[in-house]
Amino acid sequence: MSYLKFNDVQKDYEGVRAVSHFDLGIERGEMVALLGPSGCGKTTSLRMLAGFVSVTSGSIFLDGRNITAVPAYSRNTGMVFQGYALFPHMSVAQNVAFGLEMRRLPKAEIGRRVTRALERVRLSALADRLPRQLSGGQQQRVALARAIVIDPAVLLLDEPLSALDARLRHEVRAEIRQVQQETGLTTLMVTHDQDEALSMADRLVIMNQGRIEQIGQPAEVYENPANRFVAEFMGKSNFIGGTVVEAGRFRCAASDTVFSCDTSRFTPGAEALLSFRPERARITATPPDTISGANVLAGELKTATYLGQSIEVSIATAGGQSFNILLPNSDAGLAAGLQPGSALHVSWAPADTRLLPV
Amino acid sequence: MKAHISSWSYRALVFGTMLFVVTPLITVIWVSFFSNKLISLPPQGYSFTWYLNAWRLDDFRGGFLLSLKVAVVATFIGLVIAVPASLALVRGRFPGKSFISTLLLSPMMIPGVVAGSAVYIYYIQFELLTNVQLAATFPGLVAAHVVLTIPWVVRLVTASLVGANESIEEAALNLGAHPWRVFWRITLPSVRPGLIAGGLFSFIMSFTDLEKSIFLIGPGSTTLPIAIINYLEWNLDPTVAAVAAVQIFLIGFMLIISDPYIKLSRAF
Repeated sequence: MSYLKFNDVQKDYEGVRAVSHFDLGIERGEMVALLGPSGCGKTTSLRMLAGFVSVTSGSIFLDGRNITAVPAYSRNTGMVFQGYALFPHMSVAQNVAFGLEMRRLPKAEIGRRVTRALERVRLSALADRLPRQLSGGQQQRVALARAIVIDPAVLLLDEPLSALDARLRHEVRAEIRQVQQETGLTTLMVTHDQDEALSMADRLVIMNQGRIEQIGQPAEVYENPANRFVAEFMGKSNFIGGTVVEAGRFRCAASDTVFSCDTSRFTPGAEALLSFRPERARITATPPDTISGANVLAGELKTATYLGQSIEVSIATAGGQSFNILLPNSDAGLAAGLQPGSALHVSWAPADTRLLPV
Repeated sequence: MKAHISSWSYRALVFGTMLFVVTPLITVIWVSFFSNKLISLPPQGYSFTWYLNAWRLDDFRGGFLLSLKVAVVATFIGLVIAVPASLALVRGRFPGKSFISTLLLSPMMIPGVVAGSAVYIYYIQFELLTNVQLAATFPGLVAAHVVLTIPWVVRLVTASLVGANESIEEAALNLGAHPWRVFWRITLPSVRPGLIAGGLFSFIMSFTDLEKSIFLIGPGSTTLPIAIINYLEWNLDPTVAAVAAVQIFLIGFMLIISDPYIKLSRAF
C-alpha cells in the first residue's frame, strides 16, 4: 500500500457532497499537487488529511496506520497555511519551537532543531523578530520552517504562494521545492495555479466539483488530458466536435472536414471531441503541403494580440467556429503583416491532436 | 467644507467637550486638598487632613476594602464565565445564539435601580423557598456584580475574537497542541487586549456601582459609593472629595498601566 492513501473518501456538508470517491495513493518522498478551481474540494481533501474536517465515509491511511479517526493534534502532519497563521504574540524562534515544545522534547534539542530549521530557510538573523515585523516572503519561510521542524509524516501546503506578489512567487516556489527535496518529505499541496502545480509537483491531481478528473505527471496531464475539463484547465485548447469515421479518422460535425488523429480510445461511429493546443499549430497564407499529412483548417484572421512572449491569433472558419493560435515571438513579423479578414490556413500535426470523450 | 469647520469651531467644540468632562474631576481633586471645614470657595488653605480623616472613618476604610474585594472577585468570576461564553458565541454554531448574546449583554441596558430591586426581590423569594440567605450577604452582592461585569467582558472579548485569525488555532492543533493547550497558549493571548479591557471595565463598573448595591448590602458592611452617599447625608466637608479623589486616582492609574495592552478605539 502507498505511504499515504485516501481510500474512497467522501465528504458531505449538510447534505451537499463536497468530495466524492476520492482515491489517491502517494509514495514516500513524493510531492503531489491537488489542482482545481475554487470549490472543487481540494482544500477539503487536504483538511481531511490534517484532521480539521471529519470524513463522511472512506478512510485515510498514513504510513500503514488508519488515521481517519485520529484527532488533528496527534496526526503529525506539518501544515503551511494559506495566510501562514503565524502566532502573532510569539517571536520567529518561538513559532518554530512550538511544535517541538508540544512534543515535550528536551530544551537543548529544541534549540538545536530550531536553529537548523531557521538556517534551512535562511532566517537565522531574524529569530527574535515578531511575525508582524517580517515581509510576506519571510513570514512564508517561517511558516515552512515551523512545519518542517517537527519532521512531519507528511507536509501539507495550502495555497502556499497565493499571498505573495508575482515576482516573489517564482522565487519561493523554487525554494519550497528545494527544501522538500532536501528533506525528502512526502508533500501534498493544494493550489488553483497550474504553473505552480506544474513547476513544483511530481504528480498532479486535477479536481472538479468534488471529483478527481485525472491523476498524472505534469507533462502527462498537459499533453494527454483525460477530458475537456482538464484540457481547458491546464492551459488553453481548441475543440472540434464530431464523430470517429474509422481508425485514425475523425470528421468535424460542423464542416465535414476530416482530420487524422489517434482514435484508439474510440470505436468508429462514436461521438468525440477533437482538441489541439494553440501553441502546437502554425498558420500559413497558402494551404500547406498535403504530403506532410497535417490537419488543416481554413479561415480568416479576426484579431492578432501581441502578448510579449507570444502573439495570440484568433481565426474564424466559414462555419463560424473560432480558433486561437499562439505564435512564438519569433513569428511576430509574420503576424504584423496580417490584416483582419486575411485568408489563412491553420495546420497541426496528427501527433499533436487529442481525441477526448464528449 | 470639513476643513473649514475644523479650523476653529471644531477645535472649540472639542475643547469645550473636554473641559466639560474633565472639570468635575479636577474640581473634586482640588477641593479634596482644601483646609475648609465645609466645601466652599475660595479655599482657606491646603492640607492632607481629609485623606487622613477618610482613612480613619470605618465606613470609608471598610467601604473601600469591601468595594475592592467585591470588584476583584466579581471581575474574576465574570471573566471565567464570559470568556468561554464569548468563544462559544463567536466560534460556535448553535440555535438561539443571538438570543443568548442579547441576554448576556442585557444588563447593560437595564437601569441599575431596576436591576437592583429585581435582584433583591428575587433573593428574598429565593430565601423564602430555600432558606438560603443571599440578600445582605457577600456572595449575594458578588453574584449581582458578576451580572454587571459579564456584558463588558463578553462585548470586549467578542470584539477581539472577531478580529483574531482563527487559523492560528488550527496551526497550533496541527503542531500537536491539545485543544486545552491551544486555548491557553494561543487563543487567550490573542484576545489579551479584549481580556484586559473587559476586566478593567468590569472592575470599574463593579467598584463604582451604587444603584444595584444599595439594595443588597447588609447592615455594617457598605460599599464605597454607598458610604459616600451616607456620609453626604450628614456632612459636607472635603472628606468626601478626598474619597472620590482616591477613587479617581485608582481608576486613572489602572487605565494608564493597561493602556499599552488595549486599544479602546478598536474594542468598540
